Amino acid sequence: MSRQSVAKAHEKIQELAWEPLYHKPVSQYGTDYTFQKAQKKDPLKQVLRSYFPMQEEKDHRVYGASDGAIRGNMFRQVQERWLEWQKLFLSIIPLPEISAARAMPLLFNTVPNPELHNGQAIQMIDEVRHSTIQQNLKRLYMNNYIDPAGFNSSLRNFQNDYCGTIGRQFAEGFITGDAITAASIYLTIVAETAFTNTLFVAMPAEAAANGDYLLPTVFHSVQSDESRHISNGYATLLMALADEGNHQLLERDLRYAWWNNHRVVDAAIGTFIEYGTKDRRKDRESYAEMWRRWIYDDYYRSYLVPLEKYGLVIPHDLIEESWNQIWNKGYVHEVAQFFATGWLANYWRIDAMTDKDFEWFEYKYPGWYDKYGAWWENYSRLATPNGHNPIALEDVDYVYPARCWVCMVPCLVREDMVMAEVDGQMRTYCHEACRWTDTVAFRPTFQGRETPNMGQLIGKREWETLYHGWNWADVVSDMGYVRDDGKTLVAQPHLDLDPKKMWTLDHLRRCPPLGSPNVVLNEMSPDEQKAYHADYIRQGPAGRPAPATA
Amino acid sequence: MTTATERSAPKPEFTDAEAGAKVFPDSTARRYNYYTPQKRKQTHYEDVTVEVQPDPRHYLSQGWLYGFSDGIGGYPLEWTALKAWGSDRPVPERFPGSGGKGYDWPAHGWHEFRDPNEEWELTLYRYNANVVRQINQNVETARQSKAFEQWNPNWVTFVERNVGAWMHVEHGLGLYLFANANRRAPTNMHNNAISVNSMHRIRFAQDLALYNLTLSEEIDSFDGAAHIETWNSDPAWQGVRRVAEQLTGIDDWAEAIFAANIVFEPLVGELFRSHLVQQASPGNGDFVTPTVVGAGEYDYSERDLRYTKAMFQLLTSDKEFADHNVGLLNQWLSTWTERALAAARELQPLWSQPDAKPPRFEDGLDRAKSRFSGILSELNLQDPKELTK
Ligand SMILES: [Fe+2]
Ligand SMILES: [Fe+2]
Repeated sequence: MSRQSVAKAHEKIQELAWEPLYHKPVSQYGTDYTFQKAQKKDPLKQVLRSYFPMQEEKDHRVYGASDGAIRGNMFRQVQERWLEWQKLFLSIIPLPEISAARAMPLLFNTVPNPELHNGQAIQMIDEVRHSTIQQNLKRLYMNNYIDPAGFNSSLRNFQNDYCGTIGRQFAEGFITGDAITAASIYLTIVAETAFTNTLFVAMPAEAAANGDYLLPTVFHSVQSDESRHISNGYATLLMALADEGNHQLLERDLRYAWWNNHRVVDAAIGTFIEYGTKDRRKDRESYAEMWRRWIYDDYYRSYLVPLEKYGLVIPHDLIEESWNQIWNKGYVHEVAQFFATGWLANYWRIDAMTDKDFEWFEYKYPGWYDKYGAWWENYSRLATPNGHNPIALEDVDYVYPARCWVCMVPCLVREDMVMAEVDGQMRTYCHEACRWTDTVAFRPTFQGRETPNMGQLIGKREWETLYHGWNWADVVSDMGYVRDDGKTLVAQPHLDLDPKKMWTLDHLRRCPPLGSPNVVLNEMSPDEQKAYHADYIRQGPAGRPAPATA
Repeated sequence: MTTATERSAPKPEFTDAEAGAKVFPDSTARRYNYYTPQKRKQTHYEDVTVEVQPDPRHYLSQGWLYGFSDGIGGYPLEWTALKAWGSDRPVPERFPGSGGKGYDWPAHGWHEFRDPNEEWELTLYRYNANVVRQINQNVETARQSKAFEQWNPNWVTFVERNVGAWMHVEHGLGLYLFANANRRAPTNMHNNAISVNSMHRIRFAQDLALYNLTLSEEIDSFDGAAHIETWNSDPAWQGVRRVAEQLTGIDDWAEAIFAANIVFEPLVGELFRSHLVQQASPGNGDFVTPTVVGAGEYDYSERDLRYTKAMFQLLTSDKEFADHNVGLLNQWLSTWTERALAAARELQPLWSQPDAKPPRFEDGLDRAKSRFSGILSELNLQDPKELTK
C-alpha cells in the first residue's frame, strides 16, 4: 500500500457509512436477538485497495501450483483410495462456501454496526472465491485423474444422494431461520471457528500424505481468509453478549450448532482421514488425536471457555459427549462402515481395508479389530461380483440402521437412539441432542419465551423413504449413478477398474427391494414400536444385531 | 484458527492414477454432465458456477432442509414477481416410493442465465487488483508531479463536496442493494454476478474515499470532511440521497437490480459522472479525478450493465412469460424513471459551480436520456412516458 498508512486508510473508509434519512433499507430477515446495549466492536480491518492485490497474489500461487502438478505428473503418485473420497467432499463443499456468501446479508439489518457490514461484504466475496476455486480444483481432478466418474456428475449427485443431503446442512443452516442463529452462531462461531480446522488444515495434510499436494495449496489458501471471518463472528458475538436477554438464545444456538457440526463434519472428515488414507505410519495423528488438539484444546479450551466470563453458557456436556462419541463409541468407525455398507447408493469407489490398515486402527484405537475387523474382511470378500449381492444385502451381522431425522446421519451408535412422535410421524434420532434440536430448539417458543424468528427443519429427511419398495437397479438409475456404457455403476466397493470386476445394473436387478426403516416403523403398532426401540438399543457395535435374550 | 504444521509425508508411491492409464466405462467422460452449456462448448466459467446452488425442481430430491420461521427454505422463485418459463410448475411431490427425479434440467428458464462477463474468482480478483493498482499509480504520479496545484480554487471545493458525496451512493447501494440481493436470486449465476457487482460498488466507494484522503493531504485548502456535510444537507444532493435510500428499500431483488442498473445509473449515475465530472475536470486543470471516476464508469458501463442486460433480455423474451415480465418492467420503469429524473434535476445547481463550465445541464440530461432509451430498446422495452415529462 502507498504512503497512506493502513490505519489512516481504514479510518477514512469509516466515513462511508451513513444512516438513512428518508427511507429505511428493506428488512427481510428476522432475529429474536436484540442489540440494545451493544458497544460497537471493530472487526479485522481490511481496505479493498490492499485486499484485491493480496488475493490476486494468492491466486498466482494456487494456479502456479496447479500447472506444476500437471506438468509434474502428480496423478502418477496419487492414491486412488484418497481421491475417490474427494468425489464426495468436493461435491458438497462449494455449496457451504457459497452459502456463507449468501448468509452475509442476513446480518445487515439485524446487527446494527456498519463497520461490521464492510467486513461481511468482504467475507461475501471471499466465499465466492472459495466456492469457485474448489469447483475449479474438482474440474482439474476430473480432467487428470484416472477415473472421472463421480467428478463428472458431481453437482447432480450431491443434490440427490443422502451423503450430499447430510452435508447440505452445513450450508442451509447458514442462510435460513433466525438471522443470528444462522449467519453468526452456526456459520461463524461454530462452523468456521471450530470446524474449518479439520476441513482446511487436517484434510489437506492427509491429501499430501496421499500424493496430492494440490488440495493443500488450494485449501490453505482458502483457510488464510478464515481469520477475517472468525473476527467478524467474534465481534458479533461480543455485541450479542451485551444484552442479557440474548444469553438464553446463545445457549440454545451453541448447543444446536455444536452438536450438528459434530454430527456432520466429524462423520465426513473423520471418514476421509481415517478410511481414505494409505498413510499408516504409527506417528501419524489419528482423527481423534487431531480433534483433541484442534477442536478440544484450541477451540473449546482456548476460544470458548474464556467467553464464559461474559456470560456465555458453554455446552460443556455436549463437547465432552462429542469426544466420548469419537473416542469411546467409535462414531467415525461406525460412519465409515455405514458409508461402505451403502456403497451402491454412492458415486465414488470405496477401497477395502487391508491387514496394514487393521494394524494401524488397532494401534490407534485399541479394540478396533474385535469390533470392526470381521465386517471389513467380509467387505473384501464380497468386493467383486461373483453370484452374491452387495454387502448391504448379504448376511454379515449388520442391521441396516434407522436414519436420524435431524442430522440425517443414521442412528449408528445404537444404544443412543431415541424416538419421538412429532407432527404425526414416529421419528428416530441418533442421540438425545438431535431429538432436542427438533422438539425443543427449532420451535416458535423456547423455555417459555416466544422465538417467532426461529427457523424450521423441513424437507424429506429420510432418503430411503423416497425409494421405499424400489428395485436397487431402478434406484441407482433414477439418481444417475451409471457410467457411459449405460450399465456399469459409478460406485464400486473396490478400486479395480477392470470392467469384468465392476458391478452393473444387472447385478442390482436381482437384489431384494430397498425398504425404508422409517416407513416400516410407522406401520407398526405402538407396542411393536416399543419393541423395535428396545431391540435397536441393544444392537451394535459395528451394527451387530441385538444378542438373543437368554 | 489453527495453522498447518509441517508433517512428514510417506515416500511417494507409483500409483499410475493418471488420466488415460486404463480404458473402462467413463474413462474418457471428462466433462461436467449435469448441465447444458449456453453455447456449443462448456466454458470454464460455467463449470465453476452452474448448479452450485441446487434446485428442488430438478435434482434436489429431498428438498430444502432448513427454512425460515414460515417454513420456506432455499431460494424461492417468488422473491421476485418476474417469471421465467416453467416457474409456475409446482415443485415435484415426494412421498414414500416417489423416487427422486424432478423435471429435466434445467426445469425452468432462470437456469439459462449466464454472466457475459464470465466472472468467477480468478477474473474478479485480476480485474479489481488491476483497477486499484492503476488508480494508485495515477494518483501517485499526480502527487509527485504536483498536478493538484493546477486546480482552480472552485474546483477544489467542487471535488471535495460533490465527487466526495458520490462515494456514499456507491457504498450504500453496494452494501444494502447489491450485497443484499446476493441472497435472493434463484440461481448461482445470478447471485455470483450480483456479488461481483456489489464489490465493484464497494471498491469504487473506497477508491473515492481514499482519493479524498490523498487530496486532503496534498491540497491545503481541501476539506476532507465536506463530503459528509454535502451528503447530509446540501439540497442539491438530497434528491439523489432520497432515491438511493428508496432503492435499498426494494423487496423484490430483480426490481432492485433493474431500478439501480437500468434506470438510476444511466439517468443519475452517468449524468453526474460522465456528463459533469468527466467533462468539467480538464477545463478546471484536473486530469486525475477522471481516472479515478473513470474506473467506476468502466465497472458500470462495460461490466455491470452488460450482465444486467443479459439477465433482463432473457426475461423480456421468455417463451412463456415475456408479456407478464414486460408489463411488470414497464410499471417499474415508470416508477423509477420519475424518481431518478427528479433526483437528476435537483443536481442541476452543480453545473454552475466550477469556474470553467461543463456542457449545459440540459444537454447532459438529453444525452443521458438517449443512452437510457438505447438500453431500453435493447431490452425490447418502450420509453416510459415519465421520460418526456
Ligand atoms: Fe469459506
Ligand atoms: Fe442426529
